[in-house]
Formats: sequence, C-alpha cells, structure tokens
Amino acid sequence: MKTRIALPGAMLTVASLLLAGLLPLTGAQAQNTDVQSAKPATALAKPTPDDGEAIYTSICQGCHMPDAKGAKGAGTYPALAANHNLETAGYPITVVLQGQKAMPSFGPYLSDEQVAAVVNYVRSHFSNSYTDKVTVADVKIARPAAPH
Amino acid sequence: MVEQSNPMSRRRLLSLIGMTAGTSVMYQAATSLGFAAESTYSGPPKLEGTPKGASVLILGAGVAGLSAAIELRKAGYKVQILEYREKAGGRSWTLRGGDSYTELGGFTQTVGFDAGNYINPGPWRIPYHHYAVLDYCKRLGVALEPFVQVNYNAFVHSTKAFGGTPQRYRTVEADFHGQVAELLAKATNQGALDQAVSKQDQEILLEALRDWGALEQDLSFKPGEISSTRRGFEKDPGGGLDGAPVPSKPVALSELLRSGLWRAIGIGHGYEFQTTLFQPVGGMDMIPQAMAREVKDVIRYNAKVTAIRQTGSGVTVSYVDARTGGTPQTASADWCLCTIPASVLSQIDKDVSPAMNAAINAIPYEASVKVGLQFKRRFWEQDESIYGGISYTDLPISVIGYPATNYGSTGKGVLLGAYCWGPYAYKLTAMSPEERVREVVGYGARIHPQYTAEFDTGVAVGWHRVPWTLGCFGHWTEETRAAHYKDLCAIDGRLLLAGEHVSYLPAWQEGAILSAMDAVTRLHQRVMAL
Repeated sequence: MKTRIALPGAMLTVASLLLAGLLPLTGAQAQNTDVQSAKPATALAKPTPDDGEAIYTSICQGCHMPDAKGAKGAGTYPALAANHNLETAGYPITVVLQGQKAMPSFGPYLSDEQVAAVVNYVRSHFSNSYTDKVTVADVKIARPAAPH
Repeated sequence: MVEQSNPMSRRRLLSLIGMTAGTSVMYQAATSLGFAAESTYSGPPKLEGTPKGASVLILGAGVAGLSAAIELRKAGYKVQILEYREKAGGRSWTLRGGDSYTELGGFTQTVGFDAGNYINPGPWRIPYHHYAVLDYCKRLGVALEPFVQVNYNAFVHSTKAFGGTPQRYRTVEADFHGQVAELLAKATNQGALDQAVSKQDQEILLEALRDWGALEQDLSFKPGEISSTRRGFEKDPGGGLDGAPVPSKPVALSELLRSGLWRAIGIGHGYEFQTTLFQPVGGMDMIPQAMAREVKDVIRYNAKVTAIRQTGSGVTVSYVDARTGGTPQTASADWCLCTIPASVLSQIDKDVSPAMNAAINAIPYEASVKVGLQFKRRFWEQDESIYGGISYTDLPISVIGYPATNYGSTGKGVLLGAYCWGPYAYKLTAMSPEERVREVVGYGARIHPQYTAEFDTGVAVGWHRVPWTLGCFGHWTEETRAAHYKDLCAIDGRLLLAGEHVSYLPAWQEGAILSAMDAVTRLHQRVMAL
C-alpha cells in the first residue's frame, strides 16, 4: 500500500489516517489510545498547499523557531537561517519527508505540494536566497517507495 | 465510517461492528508486539557478589538513572550521576504555582497556580501492573492516590453530533451496549447465528446479552427502569411523596453510530488504562524526588554532557555548566550507564560502535503538548458533578482531564485543558505559550461554557521545546525495532544505555525503570565475570 496521501490543502490528523487504515498502527500510536480513540474533526488551521509560510509557522517553527535560528538546550535544533545545507534542494526535501535522527518524518503528514511549498519558503527566506524552485515532481520522486 | 448513502441492513451493521472489534483486535495485536506487555518486574535485581570497587558514571537523573543508581550503590558500586537540569526527574515532572519554566527559544512561563494546584506535563498516571514504579513508591514512601481514567459522568463530545452538545459517557456507553445487545439478540432469535452458536449456547447468549445490555425481558432496549439503571434517569429516584423516578430515553442506534462517540467509550478497557490507576499525591515528581533523596550525595546538577570517550578499561565524560558553559570538566568511571534521551545523545560526540550509533540515530521523538488551566472555581465538580476522569472530544484538544485529588475543595482548581499528539501537537508547539493557552481555552469553552468567565491562568508545555529532551518520547516501529533495538541494548565497550527508549514500554516510567534494572543486571554480570 502506498502511504502517500493526496491532501487537498489540509493536513490529516494521525487519528484520521489510522482510522482510514493509511498508517500502520505503531507502538507510539498504540500508546496514545486516549487520543486516537477520538477522531479529531477540526484538524488544523488549513494552510493552502502553496503557502509555505503557513506550513512553516504551524510546524517547523516549533523546533527551528520563528526566526529559523534554531535553539540550544541539552541538544540543539539547527538554524535554518543562512544554512548552506539548503543549497541543494534535494537535501531539505529528504529531511522533511523522512526525518533525520530525532526529527520525525513529515512525509505522512504533508502532501507533495506542501513539502515543495515549505522547502521553497525556507530556501528563499531567513537570509537564504536560493532562486531555483522545488517542484511537486521533485518531491514526488523523493518519496520513499516503501511505506514507513 | 458509515456509508450514509446506503440504507444499512442490520447484517451490514453487525459487520461494521465486527470491524470495530477488528480494530480493537488490531490494536491488541500491535500492543502484543511488546508495546503494552505486562511489566516483567519481580522485585529489585539481586546483584550478588562484590564488584570490588568498580565505579559507574550515570548520565541523567530521571527515573531510569536514579533507580539504577540506587541499585548499583546497594550492590557496592561507586556511583556518580551527571544531570543537565537543576533538579532530578527528567520527564517525571510537575509544574506548580511559582515555578518558572523557560522552553527552547527562550519563552518563559511563570506558573500562576494557587498552592496545591499542579499539572504533570509528562507522565500523569500509573497502571496497577507497572510493578516497578509501584514498588519504588512503596519502598521510598511515596504516597499514592487513585487516578481516575474512566468517569461515567464526564463528557464525550463530537462537533458533528448532537448539535455539538457534549453527551455523558454513561449514556453513550449504556446506549451502545444496549443497542448492540438488542441487535445480537434479534439476530440470534432469527437464526442468523445458528452456524456459529449451538442452540444450547444461544440460550445462554441471550441471557448474557440481556444482562450485558440492560435489556427488557423481551430482549428490547428501551426507555424504562432497566435501561435507566445504566444510563441514568430523567429524574433520579428520590425520597418522599415525589420520589418516584422518571426513566430516561435511549438514543436511537443510527444517531449513536453516526455520532462516532462509540470511539471514546472503549479506552478504559485498554490494559494500560484499566482501573485501578494511581498518581502520587502532590504530583508525579514526588517519585524522582524520593529517589533522588536516596542518592543525593552523588548527583551533580547543571552538568551538560558534551563528549563521551571510552577506552578498554573505562569511560571519561566531558561536561560543561548547563547555565554558563565555560571550560569542560570531566568525570571518569569504569563503566557508564547513559540515560540521556536518544534525541540528545544522537548529537553528543561519543565513542560507540557503528551499530549502536545507528540505533541511537534511528529513533524519532514524538510531539506532544499538555496544557494546564487554572479556573476560579472547580465548576466541573460544582456544576456538572464531574469528579476526576477524562472527557473526550474531536476538537483538537482531544481531552479534558479533571483533577483526581482535593475533591470538593473551594477556591481555584486546575484541569488538564489539552493533551495532544500528532499534527495538532506540532501546531501548538509552534505557537507561543500564551497563544497555546488562549487557543485551548477557546476550544474547551465549547464543552464547558464556564471556561469563558472562570478562566484564571494557564501553562502550556510542548515537548519538542523542552530543553532536556527535545521531544516527548522515542518512537519505535516494528521495522526500526527489528533493525536496531538489540544494538541499542548492547553493552558497547564500557557503555550501556537505559531509559524509556530502551524498552518495550515507550513513554512510560515503567519502561525507563525496567530498562535500568535490566542494564544494571547485565552490567553486574559482566563485572563479576571479569
């Protein structure tokens, strides 16, 4: 089964994905039966598919912070601002889709359009000025083939 | 779920209900992969034989590190602990009035709760079969009280059903059981179950359904005294002249099914949420505080680990002052037990095998948010007779948890205004603490209109912004467990790991302690074999 889900503008919730049988029921979700038992109706403020800023401010800035400068505690959230790792667009696409170390994967939550939009947003803001745009096709290709 | 365009035959209904059961079986199958297994604890490990002066450096003073320290010291090891925070406990954490909490990004909240009011941003309940946690509470004198999970008078709420009016858990469960029992009884009497159930067993089944569903003698579920003894009365039985009860009226099956509220009535059946659950009196951090008292002379606080070096004969850990930085200091020992969350450990410069390194890097950390709200009075008790327990909603806040302590007290009260996972947890985490509280109060007012007038102050914790964990807990999948779990548990030279992420009980304190008990047992065996 493909795990890629076409999301018309809104992110689906974990619970609704579970109910739709689109995500494997994993241990972490099995833990959270308080939550998965209730099917959230009102998911999130709905970022339009091409609104990278709305996606950034509803998800990414939780860790990478509103100014994209990251944060430091016992561990560190890397700054996305003025980040040379963004030069090759494939890198942020892969990290958003698949996660990296403790960073969760957002592939299951975001449509190809949303991933492209948020990558384009970050690569053209916060002292990043890469002009080559990521396309939906770039994201589609980068999706892992196997469900995860 | 319900195909509204097709009128549903009762047979189809039964098959739908079967699918519901199937979902729960699926859940159990998933949990039996180890996620909800019964605790294997049968008392503290017996570490026999003298370790001959061997030393262990423990990283992290959460319940894993503390319990390990207690047992290792008892067995004769020289123990020291480095802890990033200014106090012990890690995620076993309680926020009380006057506490100040600064999350990553520098957002600071000063908790404005009255004395006695608190919220546990992390673990908040202890199942009866979490034997290790309960044993430490007993041994260390931590007072427990019942945590209420299922409250029949709390609400289940759907924005899409009953005009958005919250329903009582009691009526939804009674009606769902009653309606399903009636259907099954009819199916039985119409011979639909003849293939599956013998005639003799059908008689017993009908008797059981009548009992389970609160059915009438004629196997119907309908308004009357029998159904009202489950779902409550329109007018409760009273005394004197006007004391006669008035029965209540069950909700129609179709409305109940389409409401989706049946999703919220099975939670307390789950192994981890069955009665009895407990909470420490006064807050969850009573547990680590009691543990830390046992080993207080060996804990160094405000120590941020920057590097873990090992040789064939020992471990040297570099650390800096977590508040001021400065020149690294070192601590050395023969062995190191590291309970630092993988989210943080993955970033620390360390000598570990490629396999363990890959395991540490393979664990994403979940998003979760809890919001504690203080109100000017305990309106949920005073107006709605809700004493402890949890209301469930399809609003993004997911739950409202009522305090299972100090019932009936006057003055201000604190409830759990939201407990979120997944996408909405990301969204709340991405807000400022004030915005989180404001949004959660707005949602909660749709269940308790009293919120608007009675709200006093709140505190919101998004776990991805907690400086000492950078996330809520380590998320394993079947695939990552198969690929990495054994490597994470290995004794890697002079180092081994413990914590909830090194367990089959992720996110639970029990998992953290069991992993620590397993680690010290295997470490001791290794030391004794040298």
